[in-house]
Amino acid sequence: MQDEPTPTELIKAVAEFLRTEIAPAIKGHNGFKLRVGINALDLVTRQLALEGPGDAAEAARLKQLLGMDGSVMELNRALSEKIAKGEVDLSTPGLKDHLWQTTMDKLAVDQPNYASYKRELGTK
Amino acid sequence: MIEAELARCVASFVPGATGVAGAAKLSGGASQETWTFDILHPGGNIGAILRRAPPGYGASPGRAAGLDAEAVLMQLAYDAGLPSPEVMHVLKAEEDLGNGFIMRRIEGETIARKILRDEEFAKVRPMLARQLGKVAAGIHALPQSKLPTLRTVTSTREIGDLECEYRSFDWPRPVFELALRWLADHDPGPSREITLVHGDFRHGNLIIGPDGVRAVLDWELAHYGDPMEDLGWICVNSWRFGEIDKPVGGFGAREDLFAGYEETGRKVDPGRVKFWEVMGTLRWGVMCCGMMQRFRKGPDHSMERAMIGRRSSETEIDLLRLLAPRA
Repeated sequence: MQDEPTPTELIKAVAEFLRTEIAPAIKGHNGFKLRVGINALDLVTRQLALEGPGDAAEAARLKQLLGMDGSVMELNRALSEKIAKGEVDLSTPGLKDHLWQTTMDKLAVDQPNYASYKRELGTK
Repeated sequence: MIEAELARCVASFVPGATGVAGAAKLSGGASQETWTFDILHPGGNIGAILRRAPPGYGASPGRAAGLDAEAVLMQLAYDAGLPSPEVMHVLKAEEDLGNGFIMRRIEGETIARKILRDEEFAKVRPMLARQLGKVAAGIHALPQSKLPTLRTVTSTREIGDLECEYRSFDWPRPVFELALRWLADHDPGPSREITLVHGDFRHGNLIIGPDGVRAVLDWELAHYGDPMEDLGWICVNSWRFGEIDKPVGGFGAREDLFAGYEETGRKVDPGRVKFWEVMGTLRWGVMCCGMMQRFRKGPDHSMERAMIGRRSSETEIDLLRLLAPRA
């Protein structure tokens, strides 16, 4: 068992330091790159918190939809293949809801400030 | 130092020029660079832009029109009275500057967030969609007999190219699969009319001033094809920068874009525009995935590229909003 602090606590502390102490002092292109870096750290903390439950729910939906077992990667490959072949489409019960839920879970990690995501969050 | 070569070069086409100053690289990868500089002249300095492939980088990559073709297109647009920089000079081999051209610098803004938020553009924002419709129509009407050799794009081939590139990433994306199916099922087939298509008609390639559209830049992706492609591409949500209810670049309505386009006598096919908007959304998503590939495999191991990979999900939600809207 690894000791505390957790990876999330460590990354948050580093991001907070960069954001409050370093960013105000850096200008120009390096300032831009620093903001990208801080965004990356924030993304990682969101993924550490959300990926486990998100993937579990996604896998459960995929198993139901496809009637098969496998890892979340294997299940996504299988679904992709079925969509490509036209065996599954938007008239298939559960597909639309599944794609929406999965995409919303991705945005919650990747880009929670993206305007389309915020709009869909509000109209759910 | 590039200023020495530039000074020798400008002397050949600007009579009375005494030199150049302030040369600075604006952007550039290994194969293509953009420089800004001033041509010094007793009658008043002239702002100029050099766009070039440095010596040793002659050939243009797969989809690119090539710098010689870009210069011809920009000059044709300028001659037709479209907002476009004047091409001052096409580089010659003996000038030691590589392959490319020098154009007059046009002042103004290209950064979308400033154009969409800053007060100085508040008055012109409601006019831009209509203006750009007219500009697109002007591009599509450039005299065919003078146009350079360019590749021809059809919707069917473009779907195939995108699918091929997506499959090469070997990473399953059910939403992209859905979009590829939709595109194949809704492929409008060859356009009745084939025209010059700018190919990258969107924020970043448009110089805007408080008085409106001042220039269309970057003809790198110009080709022949369905003119509706340009109208669809500028409506892709990725170029709205948060202003998602204004489909044209985050500043205007489709109706205004179409009205400006039809002012010239040309006709809009809204169904084809929608098709190209879906295609464009998927294309940007695939491009984001491609950036991530280059981050992992290529020499450009930058965190910006890595993070753009995490923007492909933005196009997935936009594709769902287009193809499977919720109530």
